[in-house]
Amino acid sequence: MISEVVMPQMGADMVEGTILAWRKQEGDAVERGEIIAEIETDKANVEIEAFESGIFRKTLAQEGDIVPVGGIIALIAAANDDVSAYATATPAAPAAAAPVPAMAAAVAPASTPAASAVAAPPRENGRLRASPVARRIADERGIDLSGLHGSGPDGRIIKRDVEAAATAPAPAAAPPAAAAPIGASKMRQAIARRMAQSKREAPHYYLTVDIDMTDAAAFRKQANTALSADQRISVNDLIVRACALALQRHPAFNVTFEGDHPVRRDAQHVCIAIALDDGLIAPALLDAGRKTLAEIAVASKDLVARAKGGLLRPDEITAGTFSTTNLGAYGIEALIGIIQPPQTAILGIGSVMPQPAVHDGAVAVRDVMKVALSADHRITDGAQGAQFLAEIKRLLEHPLLLVL
Amino acid sequence: MPEITYREALRQTLRYQLRHDERVFLMGEDIGAYGGSYAVTKGFLHEFGERRVKDTPIAESVVVGAGIGAAMAGLKPMVELMTINFSLLAIDQIVNNASKLYYMSNGQINVPIVIRMAGGAGSQLGAQHSQSLESWYAHVPGLKVVVPATPYDAKGLLMTAFDDENPVIFIEHTALYTSKGEVPEEAYRLPFGKAEVFREGTDVTLIGYSGSLHQAARAADQLAADGISCEVLNLRTLRPLDTDAILASVRKTNRAIVVEDDWQFGGFGAEIAAIIQERAFDDLDGPVLRCSGADVPTPYNGALEQAALPQETDIIRMVRGMV
Repeated sequence: MISEVVMPQMGADMVEGTILAWRKQEGDAVERGEIIAEIETDKANVEIEAFESGIFRKTLAQEGDIVPVGGIIALIAAANDDVSAYATATPAAPAAAAPVPAMAAAVAPASTPAASAVAAPPRENGRLRASPVARRIADERGIDLSGLHGSGPDGRIIKRDVEAAATAPAPAAAPPAAAAPIGASKMRQAIARRMAQSKREAPHYYLTVDIDMTDAAAFRKQANTALSADQRISVNDLIVRACALALQRHPAFNVTFEGDHPVRRDAQHVCIAIALDDGLIAPALLDAGRKTLAEIAVASKDLVARAKGGLLRPDEITAGTFSTTNLGAYGIEALIGIIQPPQTAILGIGSVMPQPAVHDGAVAVRDVMKVALSADHRITDGAQGAQFLAEIKRLLEHPLLLVL
Repeated sequence: MPEITYREALRQTLRYQLRHDERVFLMGEDIGAYGGSYAVTKGFLHEFGERRVKDTPIAESVVVGAGIGAAMAGLKPMVELMTINFSLLAIDQIVNNASKLYYMSNGQINVPIVIRMAGGAGSQLGAQHSQSLESWYAHVPGLKVVVPATPYDAKGLLMTAFDDENPVIFIEHTALYTSKGEVPEEAYRLPFGKAEVFREGTDVTLIGYSGSLHQAARAADQLAADGISCEVLNLRTLRPLDTDAILASVRKTNRAIVVEDDWQFGGFGAEIAAIIQERAFDDLDGPVLRCSGADVPTPYNGALEQAALPQETDIIRMVRGMV
């Protein structure tokens, strides 16, 4: 007898699960009750056990695959049972391992193709698998069953699927892709979790200011003529240095949470957000407050290289006390960041753009950069934020202060 | 309302019938001096005398045959056959005489006999003494088959059995005699062919009777903790069968599982599943399932016997697999 192992439904709202790991390999003997796989739901990781004893004949989903509830993920059968009919019958959909560009994700159009995570409507010998009551309700309400996702056993379209479609705002005949979930990488999930936590828990306030970077640009140009290639200073290095110095003078922004308790940190570990192919990471440039500008320049190049190579050290991932996020290279005018928990402030940095500005009482073309401070109102207030931001502006507009 | 046992509930109706109807008498193996294998008639011989409470030889066919004759002649016999397993020795009398005489005499002859027997397994009585053969009798036109699950059912359904002008097969459950429940002191009747909604629910209908009702109800309790709402139906009688109640419940929940101690193959659950798919097909959200006894003679070994009977965990797994 062939026993189909299906993606179980752990909780009423679960519609799909991810295969984290197979504990059995094809050909292994398996006893009823033995753990055969570990799956991940949106709530927890769960072990699933065999309901029948036999030979673990075939896996129909790979580790990392997202499978709808009720979808067949493996077959347990006798050694001589013919399981070839299942070769192409898998309802499992490969996980959307395709990377979603980190920074672009938030502004990507809703129509991002996610076809790889869409379960095709369950069909058997060309006949759509739907329960009688589902067919009747679909008939009564004019719903096209072929566009629906089946959440019943073996992917059968059941009453709740049709009722959900009947109450959905989108036309019932909409292709399933429009409502399909995007498979999420671990990093994507971590970003989602942390950003949602931040927006949920930290009451953000935002302050923006224009910083005249003309002098800083000239200073940088001059300094770089005298520095070796690995020591060359970027605009971002100037900003990191300015932030570290400003944090020393305004330590209220160098606070991170330990559980429920905010703790003021002695060292200024300034994080730099770095876009990766499959997400984003913001490692800390450790002890930025004790480093010279040239040291920051060397350290930041090293940090970016190692972040892209996946070679960050644990401290760099967890010890940050303040963050910077810079989309200047993309021509973005202004960027308002989301605080990275457990930190309590982040500086969003836009492009340095030549703009008409009043300088020494006359209108002149100046290199202007917009920055935005997002800070946690539980820890600091707007007036403190204004002073902190004014200090960053003062340091960057008088770049010699960065080396004194 | 006083809380009494299933056994005591049966005793109350038997005593009521003996007191109120001169035509009623009891007959069976060891029901007199010994008081009955399950002590249902304990003390009755002393209370009502040998004319009303008769011990018989170990000859089931004779006992039932004599009962049929007495019924044809105007008495109202209650024959106790100890267990359904021994009723096989009397099945010719039951099927070929009791069930047919009314039809074959064109309604001239009634056979108002009540045949009591204990069915079910779970008490380590061995394969020959641990069977649930109620579907055998339910198969036969002309018989009524009553399967009480609670003391309240037992008392009220047995009252109705004595009212019937034709044969009633009254099947008690060996594991339920000591179960307790609230039962009115006064006599009352529960109609045949009327199921009870034992527990209301919305997601799945669990259909049980006699012992299996309690497995279904316990499974429903556990599933409720996980937010799965089961409706539990207590059939009370298999023939006549309350198809309206079954269909109404399935139309509400769209899913059904029949729980039966009986073997699955050719069992009573198959009849219910067939009725549902014939008459409520367009209301089904999935196939009607059966949680039945294993397809083997009931093992004597206690652990194996339990494994061969439908358990709450089996029902729970089935429900989880279908919602």
